[in-house]
Amino acid sequence: MLSRVAEQLYWYGRHVERAENTARLVNVNASLLMDLPRPFKRTWANLIDMTGSNDAFYRAYEAADEKSVLQFMLADEANPSSMACCVRMARENARSSREILPVEAWETINEFYLYVKKNLASDLRPGERHKYLNSVIGYCRQIMGMLFSGMSRGSAYRFVRIGRNLERADMSSRIIDVGCVNLLPVEGDTGAAFAELLWLNVLNSLSSYHIYRQHVKVRPNGEDVVDFLLKYVDAPRSVSHCLEEIHAHLVRLPGNDLPLQTLERTRDMVREADTINLMEQGGLHEFIDRIQLGLNEIHAQVEQTWFRY
Amino acid sequence: MNLDHYQTEGLYDELLTPRLQARDGLGSMLDTLERLSYKELDRRRRDAEHAISTMGITFTIYSEAGNIDREWPYDVIPRIILDNEWQRIEKGLVQRLRALNLFVSDVYNEQKIVKDGVFPASILKSSRNYRRECEGMKPPLGVWAHICGTDLVRDDDGVMYVLEDNLRIPSGVSYMLENRRLTKLTFPELFEDYSIGHMDGYTMQLFETLGSVSPRPLDYPEVAVLTPGIYNSAYFEHSFLARQLGAELVEGTDLVVAEDDCVYMKTISGLERVDVVYRRVDDLFLDPEVFRKDSLLGVAGILRAWRKGKVGLANAPGVGVADDKLVYTYVPEMIRYYLGEEPLLPNVPSYRCSDDKQRRHVLANLDKLVLKPVNESGGYGIVIGPGASRRELAQAADRVKADPRNYIAQPVVNLSTVPTLCGKRIEPRHVDLRPFILQGGHSYVTAGGLTRVALVRGSLVVNSSQGGGSKDTWVIAGREQ
Repeated sequence: MLSRVAEQLYWYGRHVERAENTARLVNVNASLLMDLPRPFKRTWANLIDMTGSNDAFYRAYEAADEKSVLQFMLADEANPSSMACCVRMARENARSSREILPVEAWETINEFYLYVKKNLASDLRPGERHKYLNSVIGYCRQIMGMLFSGMSRGSAYRFVRIGRNLERADMSSRIIDVGCVNLLPVEGDTGAAFAELLWLNVLNSLSSYHIYRQHVKVRPNGEDVVDFLLKYVDAPRSVSHCLEEIHAHLVRLPGNDLPLQTLERTRDMVREADTINLMEQGGLHEFIDRIQLGLNEIHAQVEQTWFRY
Repeated sequence: MNLDHYQTEGLYDELLTPRLQARDGLGSMLDTLERLSYKELDRRRRDAEHAISTMGITFTIYSEAGNIDREWPYDVIPRIILDNEWQRIEKGLVQRLRALNLFVSDVYNEQKIVKDGVFPASILKSSRNYRRECEGMKPPLGVWAHICGTDLVRDDDGVMYVLEDNLRIPSGVSYMLENRRLTKLTFPELFEDYSIGHMDGYTMQLFETLGSVSPRPLDYPEVAVLTPGIYNSAYFEHSFLARQLGAELVEGTDLVVAEDDCVYMKTISGLERVDVVYRRVDDLFLDPEVFRKDSLLGVAGILRAWRKGKVGLANAPGVGVADDKLVYTYVPEMIRYYLGEEPLLPNVPSYRCSDDKQRRHVLANLDKLVLKPVNESGGYGIVIGPGASRRELAQAADRVKADPRNYIAQPVVNLSTVPTLCGKRIEPRHVDLRPFILQGGHSYVTAGGLTRVALVRGSLVVNSSQGGGSKDTWVIAGREQ
């Protein structure tokens, strides 16, 4: 498999995943705002925090009001992580490796791109937005489903999966972090009464609420949610799960020593983490930083091992 | 739909006689058109448009405002050719390509045709596509043009003429194949009435042809399609062919020529040898070591690898010497000279502006002729005399006088017409035809080809970059089933 094509497929996986995450974040936040009682100020700024894009956002916009945040996250062509940008990039990635992907996967990403482009302007209004974003999420899942059911388990497939799971681990760890530091879309003191609502929001942001309920059973609270999202390996958006997935694909690629070592180190670190202790001692933020560093290093090593000559 | 208004206007229509009767063997196509309501036909058109959009069948137009990706224009009514006529055309096309390949071999080696006084040395010396770097080269099987797209036109006398041979990087075959797929999708019942020559074999034949020039005798030689990248107007076709061939689609930066003069691809497991490169990059950009130094699309050293027989290149560099409209005027002579046969397909009568006497005739009759620069493609630079303003004609005359070698002129060919869905009516529109011919271990011709159609009433310009459309093309058994 060509190095250039491997890189395109890796980014294809990342871009589709990022588009889905962005769409869902917006949907979940909109729904949370409706649940917040009056004394708390409704704000969209936390989405900018969550995605780690404060610098980029405030360079281009004055205030994190609803209109600006949505424009930035969904439509802004100057923001490479905006949903529209991710879909366009994913289409370009697919186009550059069109002969590798199943025919339907190309046709669907193409249809998806046309859909996003056609409806972006009109469908950001509150009444239409939810439906629109749900279709976006549906498309992303349809595309990944097509690869899952129609692609041979060769290197091409592995690079898509590695890209996708790195992106996913990145998003999950980021949301946990923001959840602990300043997820609260409220100003002033955070009442215990709303903590539950907020942890529920964290779970929903990662579409993991019902898995949490099935597995953990207790009502959402900080320690259990964080432990679950970091370490519950069977939840498809937990950091552990993503790292295991990456591992399963890395081991099958040629010349994998470097990224595999880093991956295993990061995975073991998460596996062995004492979540409760970390939270009580205030070391969680630093711990998540270490996870993020690990993910960045894996990305750099994947790039160096397979994409560069 | 009612065809009573249909005007053949003294032209040759491929489906209807001047009295609006179906031509021999085409009765049931006419019946179908008459039976279908506009609503029904329009539904097929919309189905096809939807399929084209989701299948992403596009081509790119370069413009000042940036590159525009356009959806492929397709007309739902197919163009039909009877197979007894087609067999003759097929033989003519194979004959022509054999002669052209012999010619290219000859001009880069002994130049017997020049020594024997059949072809003037001056044309070679002034040929923009003659590559000194190819002198003395003898590629495998003596083939330089493995893939050829020849443009055919039918004049109002009903005769099919060869308009030009595209030997460098002919494109359009993927659209030919996709057009068939679209007709099957939108008009399945048409296939019940006819036995239609299928096109599915093309890519398998292409693989055979490419494999036949592999330097290593492998069952599955490593074939790569070299594309300039996603912004090239034919990128759709490049990826389409790579997929169909099971070949890697590579860009220049994916390949490297190593010290052993072999060509390698950069893969995730290291370097892998490539046996045959089906290159869709122009000669001048192919190898910055030899041609344009600033080319980012090419592969440094690939010409060296080819000259040493370490890689097959299709089409071979330098083949463009025969893809020159002035050289075209000599093809009938080449056929007689190399093959000792009479040409089976006629050229469009042509005037060589390099010849004093013929140039005088051209300059005196510019308003009646079509003037063509010899090295352009895509319809660029052509002046159609009867439609040109006085100023355009004067400018054209100046260009001819300044560089006579660079022009030929031909009488206007009134391209034949085919019924086409235009708005709410079926109207005649002018068409040409580009079949694809392969030559490797043996020869192959597609059953039919890509029919391009000028969608503007009366227009003779069929190029998709200039508002042309396309049709599925059928070669059918002579008698109705």
